[in-house]
Amino acid sequence: MTRYLLRRLAFLVVSLVLASVVLFLLLRMLPGDPANALTSVGASPEQIAAARHSIGSDKPLPEQFTHWIGQLASGDLGTSFVSSLPVGPEVLARLNVTVPLTLAAFVLAVVIAVPAGFAAAYKRHTWYGALLSGISQLGIAVPVFWLGMILIAVFALNAGWLPAGGFPPDGWAQPAEAVRSLILPVVTIALVMSASLIRYVRSATLDVLDSDYLRTARALGSSFSGAMWRHGLRNASVPVISVLGMELASTLLGAVVVESVYALPGLGSFLATGISQHDYPVIQGVLFVSTLAVLVIGFAADLVQRIIDPRLRDRLSGGAR
Amino acid sequence: MSIKKTSVFSVATAAALAVTLTACGGGTGAGSASGAYDKNATVNIGSLYEPQNLDNTAGGGQGVTEALNGNVYEGLFRLTDDGKVEKLLAQDYKVSDDGLTYTFTLRDGVKFHSGKTLTSADVKYSLEKVLGKDSQSARKSNLEVVKDIATPDARTVKVTLSKKSISFVYNLSYVWIINSQAKNLKSTEDGTGPYKLNKWTRGSALSLDRFAGYWGHAAASKQVVFHYYKDATALNNALLTNAVDVVTSEQSPDALAQFKNNQNYKITDGNSTTKLLLAFNDKAKPFTDVRVRQAVSAAIDDKKLLESVWGGYGKLIGSMVPPTDPWYEDLTKVNAYDPAKAKQLLAEAGYKNGFDITLDTPNYDPHPTAATFIKSQLAKVGITVKINTITPDEWYTKVYQNHDFTATLQEHVNDRDLVWYGNPDFYWGYDNKQVQQWVAQSEEASTAAGQTALLKKVNRKTAEDAASDWLYLYPQIVVASSKLSGYPHNGLNSQFFAYDIKKTG
Repeated sequence: MTRYLLRRLAFLVVSLVLASVVLFLLLRMLPGDPANALTSVGASPEQIAAARHSIGSDKPLPEQFTHWIGQLASGDLGTSFVSSLPVGPEVLARLNVTVPLTLAAFVLAVVIAVPAGFAAAYKRHTWYGALLSGISQLGIAVPVFWLGMILIAVFALNAGWLPAGGFPPDGWAQPAEAVRSLILPVVTIALVMSASLIRYVRSATLDVLDSDYLRTARALGSSFSGAMWRHGLRNASVPVISVLGMELASTLLGAVVVESVYALPGLGSFLATGISQHDYPVIQGVLFVSTLAVLVIGFAADLVQRIIDPRLRDRLSGGAR
Repeated sequence: MSIKKTSVFSVATAAALAVTLTACGGGTGAGSASGAYDKNATVNIGSLYEPQNLDNTAGGGQGVTEALNGNVYEGLFRLTDDGKVEKLLAQDYKVSDDGLTYTFTLRDGVKFHSGKTLTSADVKYSLEKVLGKDSQSARKSNLEVVKDIATPDARTVKVTLSKKSISFVYNLSYVWIINSQAKNLKSTEDGTGPYKLNKWTRGSALSLDRFAGYWGHAAASKQVVFHYYKDATALNNALLTNAVDVVTSEQSPDALAQFKNNQNYKITDGNSTTKLLLAFNDKAKPFTDVRVRQAVSAAIDDKKLLESVWGGYGKLIGSMVPPTDPWYEDLTKVNAYDPAKAKQLLAEAGYKNGFDITLDTPNYDPHPTAATFIKSQLAKVGITVKINTITPDEWYTKVYQNHDFTATLQEHVNDRDLVWYGNPDFYWGYDNKQVQQWVAQSEEASTAAGQTALLKKVNRKTAEDAASDWLYLYPQIVVASSKLSGYPHNGLNSQFFAYDIKKTG
């Protein structure tokens, strides 16, 4: 296990470095000059050159890259071209919105999807099993911004129960307001996320229900729930967990639409602004942090799967115990 | 000048003669707000324009002007919401007979938010900051006539110009007076205005508190909070749910329906200075021929376009000059809509069977809509338009810097920007020696009347020459809760003076 952990960790670091290189190069290949975003249109060539110099985009690429990596190594995400303010604290502030939003939505989605997906599989021959599958199919087709707009219209504009958007200026120092402003966004993401999760849970459950080992366990005298609990759940959760990992990672950045609909100052909207302004340090900072998050989530999902399924331990660590 | 670079960058506006359409059904709202009001109120302002940073010489953008101009920072002069230039931190000033030396006397007893007293050294520092090497101020080029700044005593500033500049005092209204010892101006402030910065939560809100040590009339409300939205729908929802009390600038007429005929809201239709232009490259065929430019101008029904984009709001203009500029003249009759005339002009110019052009169109509203409309209108006189959609950044490089275009669409935001027709190197390439001479002379005029007379000539000449086709003037629409009064209707050059805003309980 230690060997596996070390190897997995090394893989994580290498992935991160490779991702940084790709990230850096891809951004520089985009058409346009960040100096343009900085200056007003009436700017003289001297003003543009000064802007270029001040942000260092006049330096050769390798120099810019080593500068950035050097900063990263010391835990500094750099300074925004546009605002001239440090990126790190800003990313942290945005995470204060995005992380609770993502986690709460994720938990809610799992709470909805696991029982619903199981029921959809187990009761697939009944009308409500079919209805559940149908709803989840439909749910996948629903655009997240549309759902957001509907929820705002119903619960904020008409009923007036919840705010239509925004986040309290003092953030979590106003806990009640902060929670209230996150309820609708959380529900929006959770509903859309659970729609696809239900389908995964359903198909994983179906595999288990049709499996030989479950039939054998039943034949040996286990009750259905006992067999399901001991064997079924374990087996079904392995594929579901890897999907969960991916869903969680994609929500972290995919929240950009929801953040825009609900006017939340999250990581996604920060990234969107950065992209529209060619603000490389912001884009790099956000994507670096999210890449890190994605890799860590993948790592965690892997680890959980190995704990659940001993066969994976054997396979992935090459037989070593 | 200023051109709108992206839909988020700017909107702008300006000026006098605010025609106020009180769109509330009962009319009770407007009246009730002017009486008793809550001095301890928090006024919540909704805006799409968050500052990039808090320094207007470091690319703070339109948002920083909106939130801080006049509220947190003050200049020697103020450009009022109806377009007049009045003294603010300057108590008085004298101009020498040759028009080259300006002597300013500073108002007494002015304190910065940090507590320091305003002195001439702060004024010198603030002007030098705008003129500095790293300055990204849009006014830098206008102020480069400044040759020397002397401070004979703590309350006197003497500025010497290299040549006469009638717009100098007007341009000074854009220069914030900042404490020369202030630090971290990108995220904090030290100005003299009626409000001081409480907190800026990036991506979310910027709150201002009444400054107890203000030299003038204290701000009407205790606190003002600017709430920032990326999405216009989210912003309007905030107004509908009372999360904000006023929206500084509505960007589409669609949203107005929900506020019209609702006594809880007031809609004001102020004057803007934002003009939508079909700009020709006057140095590229076929637009080198004045008859072709006139023909295109006459072939497009601006009124119909304005109606389809703004549904009853906005104004038609026949030139680059909005009604609020001192040299305005109604020139909508020049090259007015007349397809028959357009065809005749094209024939005279040797394009009896029309021609093909590419129209470089910025990818954000209203440009794509306008491009489609123009395409159909020009098709009727035999001109085939190919619409080439480009990003703001591409526009900047291709059109503005490299002049690599035939025709393009662009919003021009600022007031008093007719003078760009006096620069033959500007992107549209209008090159008329007489106009250039008038523009140069107007800046060196001794009186405002002299300046106005010359720029009126420029206005008429460029209109007759169809130097560009000025499609329409944007409206400036503010929607507010009926509880609010005292907010600016025009938002001149993106300013939004908040110090007189009153809210009833």
